[in-house]
Amino acid sequence: MTFDILEPRSRARRNFLKDSTAGVAALAIGFHWGGRRAQAATAPTAPAELVPNAFVRIGTDDSVTVIAKHLEMGQGSYTGIATVLAEELDADWTRVRVESAPADAKRYANLVFKTMQGTGGSSAMANSWQQLREAGATARALLVASAARQWHVSEAELRVERSVVYHDASQRKATFGSLVKTASTLPVPAHVVLKDPSRFTLIGTRPPRVDVPAKCDGTAQFSLDVTMPNLLVALLARPPQFGATVGSFDAAAALAVPGVVKVVQVPRGVAVIAKSFWAAKKGRDRLTIEWDDANAEKRGSAQIMDEFRQRAEKPATSARKTGDAARALSSAVTKISATFEFPYLAHAPMEPLDCVVKLTAQRCDIWAGDQFQTIDQANAAKAAGLDPQQVFINTLFAGGSFGRRANSWSDYIVEAVSIAKANGADGTPIKLQWTREDDIHGGLYRPMYFHKLEAGLDANRELIAWRHVIVGQSIMAGTIMAGLIKDGIDATSVEGAANIAYEIPNVSVDLATMTTGVPVLWWRVVGSSHTTLAVEAFIDEAAHAAGQDPYEFRRKLLAKEPRMKAVLELAAQKAGWTSAPLAKGRGRGIAVAEAFKTFVAQVVEVRVEESGRIKVERVVCAVDCGTPINPDVITAQMEGGIGFGLGAVLWGNITLENGRVQQSNFNDYRVLRMNEMPKVEVYIVPSTDPPTGVGEPGVAPIGPALANAIFAATGKRMHELPFSRSLPG
Amino acid sequence: MAINFVLNDSPVSLDVEPDMPLLWAVRESAGLHGTKFGCGMALCGACTVHLDGKAIRSCVTPVSSIQGKQVRTIEGLASKPARAVQDAWIEMQVPQCGYCQSGQIMSATALLERNQIPTDADIDAAMSGNICRCATYQRIRAAIHRAGQRLSAEQPGSA
Repeated sequence: MTFDILEPRSRARRNFLKDSTAGVAALAIGFHWGGRRAQAATAPTAPAELVPNAFVRIGTDDSVTVIAKHLEMGQGSYTGIATVLAEELDADWTRVRVESAPADAKRYANLVFKTMQGTGGSSAMANSWQQLREAGATARALLVASAARQWHVSEAELRVERSVVYHDASQRKATFGSLVKTASTLPVPAHVVLKDPSRFTLIGTRPPRVDVPAKCDGTAQFSLDVTMPNLLVALLARPPQFGATVGSFDAAAALAVPGVVKVVQVPRGVAVIAKSFWAAKKGRDRLTIEWDDANAEKRGSAQIMDEFRQRAEKPATSARKTGDAARALSSAVTKISATFEFPYLAHAPMEPLDCVVKLTAQRCDIWAGDQFQTIDQANAAKAAGLDPQQVFINTLFAGGSFGRRANSWSDYIVEAVSIAKANGADGTPIKLQWTREDDIHGGLYRPMYFHKLEAGLDANRELIAWRHVIVGQSIMAGTIMAGLIKDGIDATSVEGAANIAYEIPNVSVDLATMTTGVPVLWWRVVGSSHTTLAVEAFIDEAAHAAGQDPYEFRRKLLAKEPRMKAVLELAAQKAGWTSAPLAKGRGRGIAVAEAFKTFVAQVVEVRVEESGRIKVERVVCAVDCGTPINPDVITAQMEGGIGFGLGAVLWGNITLENGRVQQSNFNDYRVLRMNEMPKVEVYIVPSTDPPTGVGEPGVAPIGPALANAIFAATGKRMHELPFSRSLPG
Repeated sequence: MAINFVLNDSPVSLDVEPDMPLLWAVRESAGLHGTKFGCGMALCGACTVHLDGKAIRSCVTPVSSIQGKQVRTIEGLASKPARAVQDAWIEMQVPQCGYCQSGQIMSATALLERNQIPTDADIDAAMSGNICRCATYQRIRAAIHRAGQRLSAEQPGSA
């Protein structure tokens, strides 16, 4: 997501200390991420806790509870959030636990999204860095003031280490817990002094993730695991084509299945409500539904791509213009061109979409791995006929998302609310469960794109012209974010291309936005999931045309982009780009990208097996994400982004025939498996710049780095995605 | 109908439809939520449990077929290899979203219970049925090797 491009962070910044909800009277409402305490409801916090602001509570038992406003979907947000707050608090890491914040945009807005609570665009750490530091420092100041008052000494004489306040001169010490009562009576300071980075003891180290133990013994709570008395399970039969609706249906056979309680029609289809998943599944299998396809998308993906291809030859909207690319191309001595075709991609998180909704005439309670709390609150309220303030969201761990749970329609949540409403809104908890087939068929795909690129070199083999045309569907058009489309350009369609970092005197990047009936959505690293591949594979072709080493060629063109150049150099050096030549039958490819203000370069090594199959053996990754908050989490996100991206560029492909999705499960929507994972090495650039995100950027360079490695090994360029279309099985 | 089997060392009798997959019997009838639903077709391994000591996909195993047998889920892991696997998982900080990890740990434990010094090829063979969309594979591999080393060090000569 690119809200940060469109909404400068400085404007979004606010001071929570002035927030009326801050201070000792604040209510802290939470849902325990471990699930052991079902819901704290809205009771005021026990007075035995210090609640200096909306982000932390300190108990008389020395517990430090950090309130996370961001979803934990695997990216390590809970650990990162807790690390930053605990750093300024000087808390004992072993006593820190994390609770999910309730849906409350007043206190928990993503400052990059401005007034909206939600997680996306790799912004969790970037937007909350200052906020969490201030929150931790404020809590620390109160505890120090409390100790100073008790001991009648000046605050300047005190130091704090691992949740203990020390007065060395008198050899006195006090734990946080023992200071809570007095601290709760003190005024919250208006200003706090933050640590100099040289004094960090947690940030930049590798404190273990707060969620790992529960994820190793089966106790971590996902939406799938929510249970409560009288809970019913619903499966929804959705139309086989996007835009089709229910014409008529016969539920008799479904209702005859033991355990099936009710069959209801809702806007998105026909739902079977049952006492168990299996009964709901068998009931759904026995529904007879006549679909009305009058307004359905009936084209196939090949036909849609044909239309995109033809559209690329016509004038489009300018997203970037520097110099005169057309004229420079006509005067170029050497000209090259290429087209790239990108398919629809499903996110396919391991946890198929699911949530629990409990609806009455007065309130709607939701349990979900919720990624867009404010939007989901509004959409659920609308579907329920309530006010957003009557919708309460309990955010649980999400079993992956990759963007899927962050959508403007709140599709799965609205489905569940509409089913609960059709069931009578009587407070019966309903768990909506998607199957994997529902997920693969369910739309909200990474859009298909067609890219056409042309480049020109002069007599000195200098790159003088770059013309790039992008054809595809807008992610934001038709959503509540449509207002972010400026002058016909959806930034999510051109990011990574319009801001091409290479110094080229004549550049044009044009966008033709197409419409289809297939719903689309951001998918991990959003626009850069296709733009980076086109740009970085084609710059490789330009280097080849110029007769230059692709690494040196890039390096020269990045002279004015120090951070991008630095990661490129680091990756090349660690990979032995110039120092360690490869044997025959092997190839090395390089690519570099900036996404969400994080810089990543990767070098891929491939081996051509006897059968001709390509084996990805090694990936060397360099990343500059500003201050590295937790190097181990950063490393994990790069490893994971590489694996996720590799599967997608090698095999990821959602196709349609007559508007029907042809794939259904992991047998035909192939993803990366253990035996296909290369050895990954990650190197992090030391930095004291403000932190940027790491959940998505690692995905961007892997596709082109692989394409370039395959070229180096085989002489074959990869122009169609997935690469499996052009490679021996 | 009543299905009788041993679940995590305790006999249980569940009154469920005989064609119900073991996954849902374990989750919804026995109330053990560590075993996850990922694909329903034995394609992803999120539902992996042990049936008489072997890793199986509970999402395609009709509960009627386990009458009288021994089922172990993540909640019932107690063997030395299982402990070594779970310790190594924490040490290597394997999980990201965590949803597939119960299944990964069950497959890894079954592997180490029969082969304490697996090669990379052994790991590929035992683990390629378990998908992790977060792609934590490198750490899974490292954790299995680590657990195997610990086990062989504890029992010299037995590996």
